[in-house]
Order: sequence, then C-alpha cells, then structure tokens
Amino acid sequence: MIELEGVRKAFDSKEVLAGVTGRIERGEIFAVIGPSGAGKSTLLRLIDLLDTPTGGAIRVRGTDIHAETERSLSIRRMMGMVFQKPAVFNTTVAENIAVGLRFRRAREAAIREKVEEALEMVGLAGYEERRARTLSGGEMQRVALARAMVIEPAILLMDEPTANLDPVSVATIEDLVVRINRDLGTTILFSTHDMYQGQRLAHRIGVLMNGVFAQVGTPREVFTIPASRDVARFVGIENIVDGVVVGENGNAVVVAGGVRIRAAALPGPGERVSLCIRSEDIRIAPADAAMAAPGRNALPGTVASIVPRGPFSRVTVDCGFALSSVLAWKVVDDLGIREGSRVRVSFAPESVHAVQQE
Amino acid sequence: MYEIVEGFLEAARLIVTLDADVMAIALRSITISLTATVLAGLVAVPLGAAIYFGTFPGRKSLINLIQTLYSLPTVVVGLLIFLFISRVGPFGFMRLLFTPTAMVIAQTVLVLPIMTGLTISALSGVDPVIRDTLRSLGATHLQFLANVMKEARFAILAAVAVGFGRAISEVGAAILVGGNIMASSFASSTRVLTTAISLETSMGNISESIALGILLLLIALAVNLVITTVQHR
Repeated sequence: MIELEGVRKAFDSKEVLAGVTGRIERGEIFAVIGPSGAGKSTLLRLIDLLDTPTGGAIRVRGTDIHAETERSLSIRRMMGMVFQKPAVFNTTVAENIAVGLRFRRAREAAIREKVEEALEMVGLAGYEERRARTLSGGEMQRVALARAMVIEPAILLMDEPTANLDPVSVATIEDLVVRINRDLGTTILFSTHDMYQGQRLAHRIGVLMNGVFAQVGTPREVFTIPASRDVARFVGIENIVDGVVVGENGNAVVVAGGVRIRAAALPGPGERVSLCIRSEDIRIAPADAAMAAPGRNALPGTVASIVPRGPFSRVTVDCGFALSSVLAWKVVDDLGIREGSRVRVSFAPESVHAVQQE
Repeated sequence: MYEIVEGFLEAARLIVTLDADVMAIALRSITISLTATVLAGLVAVPLGAAIYFGTFPGRKSLINLIQTLYSLPTVVVGLLIFLFISRVGPFGFMRLLFTPTAMVIAQTVLVLPIMTGLTISALSGVDPVIRDTLRSLGATHLQFLANVMKEARFAILAAVAVGFGRAISEVGAAILVGGNIMASSFASSTRVLTTAISLETSMGNISESIALGILLLLIALAVNLVITTVQHR
C-alpha cells in the first residue's frame, strides 16, 4: 500500500529522516514508534503530502506521490489524517465532520447521513449541533477521527493521536482504531512514543531512531528480539550488558565485567555484543539455596536496591554489572532480602538476546 | 469643581433630551467613520489576505512597513489629503475640501494600514494544525484560503472594529480636511464629535464637551459589545 524508499528530509541543515525504507501492507495497522524528535511526525507529514522530502521516494499503490504534482490532490484525498494536537474548526461538530465532504462537493442529504454515521461510530451521537470548541480534548480528537473517516480514506494516518489525552480517552481512541481497521479494512499508519500502545494496536511496528527504521517487525519480534542496543533500550529492556564473545570448549560465551554468561545464539568469538535480558526472565534466589537447574546462568551478587513499582518491586543486583528483576512484594518478603543481601541471580541462556554492537 | 459637576449634569440633560445639535453631530460622526471603515475593510481584508498567503520578494518588509503605519499621525494623513484636494492640489477641481467626503477619504487612508496589518495577524493566528487539517481533508487551493479566512473571521472582524475605533476617535485629519463646519444642512456640515469637543472646550462650553465625550465613549462601548457578543457565540 505504502512503500518508503530511502526517504530523506532535512530542515535547513538538520537531517530528520536519513533514508527511511519500509513497506506498509494493505489493511494492516502499522505503528511507527520512536523517541520524541525521531522524525515520526515528519514521516507521516511526508506521506500526507504536507511536506516534501529532500530525497528518496514514497509510493502509494505504486505511484510516486511527490513526483505526480498534478495528481497530488487526488492522492491526498485517498488519505485521512489525525494530528497530535486535537484541533477543531470554530463551528458545530456536524460542520466540522462535514468539511471533507463539502470539499468533495457531496450532496447535502448524503453529508447529513454520513456525519450522523460517523458520530455514531465515535460515540458522539447527538453532538451534531454542539460547538466543537466546547468539547473536551478527548471528544475533539474523536471529532477529528470522525472527520478523517467520513471521507472513507483508504489510508488513515494518525500522528500521536493520544499523546495529549486522559487514559479513558486513550482507550476509546485505541478501540476505534482497531474497529476501523477490522470493520472497514482501512490501512492505518500511526505514530506513538508509547511502545506499549504500539504493541497493543499494531500488526507491525517500525522503530524509528536517528532518522531510519532501526527495526521493522511484529510487536513480538521488536519486544523480544530487538535489532540493536538502542531499540532494546527503547522497548524497555532493563538489562543490557555489554561484553565480548569468547570461545570456550567449543561453546561461545560472553565475558562481561569479568563474568561469563551463556546465551542461546551468539556471533563468532571476538565480537563485541550487548546482551538483552528481560527483567521478568530473571530469578533471584538466596545465595545458599540449591543450585539452579543445570545450563542456567547463575551469578552470585549483592542486592543493590529494592524499589517499589506498583504491586511489584524492582530488585537490582550487582553481579559485577547491574541486573534487575521484577518480583511481587510477597516474593521479596519470602526471600527475606534487603539491600546488601547476598543472592544468586539466574536466567536461562534462551532468555539472553545478543545484539552486535555497531 | 462646581463647574465640572455642573458640566456633567448639563451633559446628562443634553443626552437624555436627545438635544438636536448633539445628536446630529453624533450621527454624522458615525456615518462618516462607518463609511470609511466599510471602504477600508473592503480593501484591507482582501489585501491582508493577499499579503499573508502570497509569496513575493519584500513581503516581510511590506508587513513591517504596514505595522509602522499603525501609528501614522492623523494630522499627517490630514495634511496629505489636504495637499491633494486643496484648490492648488491635483484633485482640487473636485472641490472636496471641507466636505464629509474628504473626511471619509482621510479616515479610510488612516485606518487602512492597521486594518490590513491586523487582518494579517488574524490569519497568522489560525492554528497551524487547522491549516494542516484543511489540507489533509483534501481542500483545493481556493477551499483552503476560504476556510482559513473563515476560521479567522472573528479576529478579522476585530481588526475592522479597531479600524472603526481609530476613525471615529481621530481629530487631526477631521479638522484639517473637514474644517469643523456647522452648516444649515446635515450633509454639508463637517462637525463631528471629536472636532466639536475640541471647539466647545476652547470656547468654554464644558457641558457640551462632556456630553459629546460621553457619546463618543458610548459608541466605542457599543462597538465593543457587538464584537464580544459575536465572538462568544
């Protein structure tokens, strides 16, 4: 549906997009995630023809959209866009939603019918005559979504649509995104800095970092096998340990901070790697407990901190490098650990994902 | 002190009894300034839009110039128009000097810069997200312009109102090209609120001056009320 080929965009001398390449398939929900300032908005604006790329090509249904200037209006009319900041025209809710239809010279009866349908869809039935400016941010954003959807776009672009909203409105918008995609088959491309939103909604995720897709994959792939140290950090992997691969009795292990760690898959000896270990895969046992199952990594260490986090505690252990685990309060109590306690940290080699350092 | 109190009481009487002279002056003020405002608005709003949406060399400098002219001294405008329409001026043959028409011309010229400039500001005040939204909804170039103007309509209305305020309150140009004449017919007189206040005060008719001053303030208040009501709709 959308093909990105080496898309570049520079503002003055600052390069925001440095060659973004990827495909968004027809009918899928694709999330562009990345830290603030990574160029997510810029990418969406380029696709919606609101800005011009400084290099590369964007093809929609095979057409290079920035090359066909005389067709730009009809290309843009295939798409709807919702912006981060909820913005409504200073008129009634119904007139707000009708704007795109009026641009297309739709008949008055058809407009009324479609506006009603759209309001029904976003859960604002009966709001037709309300002044749009008097709505809450969440309601405004739903009006914006209805306004973009009433023109029946093939592609819906959403630029951080929930960034400024309260949790209830976020849930409503997320629910709508899923329903629009499922019921209408609309291809949806949205950006977010909230990686969990990307995980909840998207069929595939592109992680935009330093102006390029650092990784494109299913949420599961991105969250369990991040392609780089930066992606791992961004998707919330708390334990990232840098080390060097060494050969040992025919098996490869990583030496980090003087400690040896086994991993399921490793590059050849001599490579510098970052090991990503999810905190939920790490177990903590008292130092004198029975040895962990054979094959598991078992590292002695000292509890450095125990920090409450919701109903859990984040326990950080110094094993020569810091490793954190997330444990229920009760587990922490049963273990009888506190800062300074000697413990043994264990995790399976399969829980260790190694990425080569650049 | 007594004189002032006396002046206010007399002023109240003149207004309440709808004193014919005072009412005629007030009505003339409104007629002349409103005409100038409408004429200036017909030029300033499209001009402001053209400058705002246009891309041409010297656009920034032009906007700067327009903003500088906000504080164009009224007597300078009066003098300029006087030079053009006096007997020896290029338009002297039209015999416009000391007519209400001359005052309309002078006030139109006077408020053009501020109305144009405030129209530009009004359009700049439209949220960039609104502009992006219009484009993303598939607006043609014309639909885009029309809708940005529509979104700025209240701010543009305020620009016009500010112009009216400046026109009705100025005295320099009115006295130079109008001459503060009180003739037998309404249409050939050029005495307006500001010039009358100036004259009556200099003649010691404090109560008339106060009455006229209050009327001038009431007109400003009425205009303000209309604007705020419309904006809050």
